[in-house]
Amino acid sequence: MMSSAQNVAEVERWASALGGAGIALYGIRQGSAAGAMIAASGGILIARGATGYCPMYAATGVSTADTDTRVALRLGRGGHVEQAATINRSAAELYRYWRNFENLPRFMAHLVSVQQVDQRHSHWVAKAPAGRTVEWDAEIINEIPNELIGWRTVDRADVISAGSVRFTPAGPDRGTEVHLRLKYEPPGGRVGSAVAWMLGHDPRQIIQEDLRRFKQLMEAGEVPTTKGQPRGKQSILNYD
Amino acid sequence: MKALVWHGTNDVRVERVPDPTILNGRDAIVKITSSAICGSDLHLLDGYIPTMQTGDILGHEFMGEVVEVGAENKKLKVGDRVVVPFTIACGGCFFCNRELWSLCDNSNPNAWMAEKLYGYTTSGLFGYSHLTGGFAGGQAQYARVPFADVGPLKIPDGIPDGQVLFLSDILPTGYMAAENCDIKPGDVIAVWGCGPVGQMAIRSAWLLGAERVVAIDSVPERLRMAKEMNRAEIINFERDDVFDRLKSITGGRGPDACIDAVGLEAHGATLDAYLDQAKAAAFLATDRPNALREAIFACRKGGTVSIPGVYGGFLDKIPFGAAFQKGLTFKMGQTHMMRYMKPLLDRIERGELDPSFVITHRLPIDQAATGYRMFRDKQDECIKVVLKPH
Repeated sequence: MMSSAQNVAEVERWASALGGAGIALYGIRQGSAAGAMIAASGGILIARGATGYCPMYAATGVSTADTDTRVALRLGRGGHVEQAATINRSAAELYRYWRNFENLPRFMAHLVSVQQVDQRHSHWVAKAPAGRTVEWDAEIINEIPNELIGWRTVDRADVISAGSVRFTPAGPDRGTEVHLRLKYEPPGGRVGSAVAWMLGHDPRQIIQEDLRRFKQLMEAGEVPTTKGQPRGKQSILNYD
Repeated sequence: MKALVWHGTNDVRVERVPDPTILNGRDAIVKITSSAICGSDLHLLDGYIPTMQTGDILGHEFMGEVVEVGAENKKLKVGDRVVVPFTIACGGCFFCNRELWSLCDNSNPNAWMAEKLYGYTTSGLFGYSHLTGGFAGGQAQYARVPFADVGPLKIPDGIPDGQVLFLSDILPTGYMAAENCDIKPGDVIAVWGCGPVGQMAIRSAWLLGAERVVAIDSVPERLRMAKEMNRAEIINFERDDVFDRLKSITGGRGPDACIDAVGLEAHGATLDAYLDQAKAAAFLATDRPNALREAIFACRKGGTVSIPGVYGGFLDKIPFGAAFQKGLTFKMGQTHMMRYMKPLLDRIERGELDPSFVITHRLPIDQAATGYRMFRDKQDECIKVVLKPH
């Protein structure tokens, strides 16, 4: 196992494993459905301790093990995507624009709106199948000014999706590397399936296009387009 | 408005289309006063460039008057007379900041398409397939110019269109081709192709201090133009062996730099040229590079091959061994227009340069399709067609 797959510190891993074992034992002794749930959650902590890897930490950019952002996401179910772009602006400028979540729909194609509720909480509206929309609340759970923003959805305490964006200076006069990571779990009800739908069959491409629009907005101030330009008579064989 | 529309291989027509409108804040709308047909437009007519769609408006060499300006455009105003470069650049990315304008990161709305074919996207271009953005071109009465606060160059009144129109493409393209040769005193420069770009390259090679310029073609009037108007020595590849002649002209050493101003549809009189035609017809290769092969083979050891001619896909049987063993330098790519437009305008204004000598035909836009055919088939000694849209 590569060390980059670990994002939980040594002491914390032991604590996780021991605490998890205790919780699991307690749950099993209950002998009920609730007890089984408790036992299962204990199991997750044991696994976290054994592997040094926490999926929740990974998606939101938290790492107590080291500062490597490329911690692999490897939840059994659900999916994750990771894309990067280098943008010819300072980390501080990019961070400031992104931190105002209300800007996100300007470059994330499937978002309708994001409303900032307070410093940490926001309300998201996204497009869903059949012209409908789906909404959720999100909270910022990790934040390093000019460097990192990590968030996850808060919906009846179910975590359905999480994401992080990291801004790393790319060197003198070379702009800023932006690494975007998203994790989502389809079984998480309506919101989860909408997220899965909006990421479609090629989530990497969709996230890449979102990042590209972010870059275009930051560097050029607008997104290039030809929609609405004149054209001549078209053949039915044209594919767009 | 009227515009020249692509309908398929060998099928371009002038038809009525809607007028363009401002779509983004930095846009401008230009009322076109002159628009040329480029040799690279013939690659579109002949169906060599992928991702064309019926209904596409062609044309990337145009100039005119600004009639509308987007809210974010602080540089242009209504009434400005401008030449529009064929490449579209945002002005704010890594590449624009390094004056590599034709490699702009942000001006191709179909970047994903270019990434699939080339690994990375290059800049958007007017009227030149969806791979480079699918922007409606300028062989029309009006055009929308994106990022119009970066590309278009203001032209003072008093200079006729014909003298400045070619700042939109072929003059900077020929100039960059010569500049890429890194010409030193005494250098012999060989230029394949005596079309408009070749003629501009010959003239630029003189401006940059070449000792001798040799021009290679087979079309009599083009060779004549190279010789009489541009003082080049000429080789007719249908009559002479190009390699032998170049070797004897240079005392056995070979030209110091070779310019391929032909590109992907070379017409050669050698066996490999006929094979290329057969392969391209059978889709075994996409480009017909025999001018490039000859340039690589003829170039002196340690010399430079400069390629302004357009290539789009996969080339077969390139003598890469010769290139490697002789330690050649290759310079190529779409022109970084904004590096050259202003300095070349200054030269035109000072009377050092007048590129209007290449114009052989002026036609109203209604006859644009005829102009394409004349240019392609070299009828009536056609070298350069300028369309008048109004």
